[in-house]
Amino acid sequence: MAYVAVKGGERAIDAAHAWLAAERRGDPAVPALTTAQIAEQLGRAVDRVMAEGSLYDRELAALAIQQAQGDLIEAAFLLRAYRTTLPRFAYGRPVDTAAMLAIRRVSAIFKDLPGGQVLGPTYDYTHRLLDFALPDAPAAPAEVDAEPQPLAPAFGILGQEGLVEPDEAKSDDAPGDLTRDPLAFPAARDVRLQALARGDEGFLLALGYLTQRGYGNNHPFVGELRVGEASVEIEPPELGFAIDIGDVVLTECQMVNQFTGSRTAPPQFTRGYGLCFGHSERRVMGMALVDRAMRGAELGEPAEAPAQDVEFVLSHCDNVEATGFVEHLKLPHYVDFQSELETVRRMRADAEGTSK
Amino acid sequence: MSGYNFAYLDEQTKRMIRRAILKAVAIPGHQIPFGSREMPLPYGWGTGGIQVTASILGPPDVLKVIDQGADDTTNAVSIRRFFARTAGVATTTRTVDATIIQTRHRIPETPLHEGQILVYQVPLPEPMARLEPSRAETTRMHGLQEYGLMHVKLYEDIARYGRVANSYDFPVMVNGRYLMSPSPIPAFDNPKLHMSPALQLFGAGREKRIYAVPPYTAVRSLDFDDHPFRAGRAPGICALCGADDSYLDEVVTDDQGTRMFVCSDTDYCNERAAAAAIQGNAA
Repeated sequence: MAYVAVKGGERAIDAAHAWLAAERRGDPAVPALTTAQIAEQLGRAVDRVMAEGSLYDRELAALAIQQAQGDLIEAAFLLRAYRTTLPRFAYGRPVDTAAMLAIRRVSAIFKDLPGGQVLGPTYDYTHRLLDFALPDAPAAPAEVDAEPQPLAPAFGILGQEGLVEPDEAKSDDAPGDLTRDPLAFPAARDVRLQALARGDEGFLLALGYLTQRGYGNNHPFVGELRVGEASVEIEPPELGFAIDIGDVVLTECQMVNQFTGSRTAPPQFTRGYGLCFGHSERRVMGMALVDRAMRGAELGEPAEAPAQDVEFVLSHCDNVEATGFVEHLKLPHYVDFQSELETVRRMRADAEGTSK
Repeated sequence: MSGYNFAYLDEQTKRMIRRAILKAVAIPGHQIPFGSREMPLPYGWGTGGIQVTASILGPPDVLKVIDQGADDTTNAVSIRRFFARTAGVATTTRTVDATIIQTRHRIPETPLHEGQILVYQVPLPEPMARLEPSRAETTRMHGLQEYGLMHVKLYEDIARYGRVANSYDFPVMVNGRYLMSPSPIPAFDNPKLHMSPALQLFGAGREKRIYAVPPYTAVRSLDFDDHPFRAGRAPGICALCGADDSYLDEVVTDDQGTRMFVCSDTDYCNERAAAAAIQGNAA
């Protein structure tokens, strides 16, 4: 039998992409989705893609989800590859989340607090029963009469007693940006938080869960979880004052953790922090648990669990990097495999030679 | 392609990468961190090599892209198309005609010449990554030129198996100073790294590192006096061109397990077969 070298890679690639486009569209008898439908009705998917794609743009995220057939990691990758081509004209000023117009705010450490517990739109306390009537639900749902409002942060109360560590002093240094400068260790907290904010939700969830199950235990309580719209401001140097460039929906979690004190700090509650684009409580809670776990060195705690190992967490939390490297195993590796084959054959021959 | 700069990357990014390349050339074998960008191709699929190529590519260049030594493997086709589309440069499959060759897993069999640049796609730039996963720790070890860990690994292989078990990505010392991963090329290719007239650049996109072997630099595969480095290849000759010195792929040709061996370097094989045909006609 004659050997025919594999040719025609270009045609194969074109044909594969045409097939993909047909598969993406599905049965043409079923109406096509619009990106507006995705942006409006698959909001949590859009939020996740904006967070992991690190770009706040609901329409582009919806387009990415449609283009990726709902594969959210692929969608985040599409968004990232677009984001990296955009010019950077300014760094935003620190967002004032205390002033956000909150649609939801809960605190697990107070029965009640100024402004109250605000449940807002939440899956908490829903019974997870499939709603077979949902596809035929009336087009216009009941009106909501609650007004989003600014709510004082829960920590004000504990902070007055010095029981909770204060915010870190404001720094005038430009924040680290791991999309411009490669990650280096030890990594400062600004870079760690940036990495977590765009990290894989499943990875953050699993690591946070590990800390609860004894792998880096840190006794967490949800001090406050809030969701709402916050203003983004920049301060152009030619103006000398801040201007509001728009609002973004953010989810923020302040986790409090018991701390018995050290030589340099009195016993107090320490904090882990989570913040992300869009509405994703699971993401920010996982992020806050992992952020706190990674502060071990600063607080004199031993780093024994994966979540406490900064290099371990930051090197593996990015799902665009992870999926690329895992999936690259699909590429041909036959040259290396051939060299392994020869080595194994020679080792087997050696072993048989000596055993005789 | 409209809407994008020549060779995709913006000029500021290219300048940043070229600075990293200059540093890398100045310190052969030393890994230089760089602000690797998210590319429209996935991490692990050649983004480091693509960024290096994009940064050094100019309109007169002639580009060749190979994967596993072959110009027609799908990822090589994809990357070649990416540059044909974003830079409009001429492409070739002939090693001798190329000014820039981007490669994954092979060094061409045809000797390179001065003025050529070989760009390697690198998955894990740290040669000790499988022995010491912490980058902070391996950075320190490089600083102190403390490579005992790797020597012990090779020694243990010899003690246990009678030979070094690495058959690809075989660690090398560059210019007598830095331990370097040659990327996952078969150990067979390692001797070609040594005193090459071409500039060799290594790009690791996901790991955000660039390193280099300048032309005519000494590159020694790690070994011991009593266990000198040995490069392996399948014993056999190419069924297509008859080469007995090239690296061979083993191809299963039927379901009885019949095998044949062919050159992994498709250009080398084609050139030899064409030359033989011309000689045959002349005779």
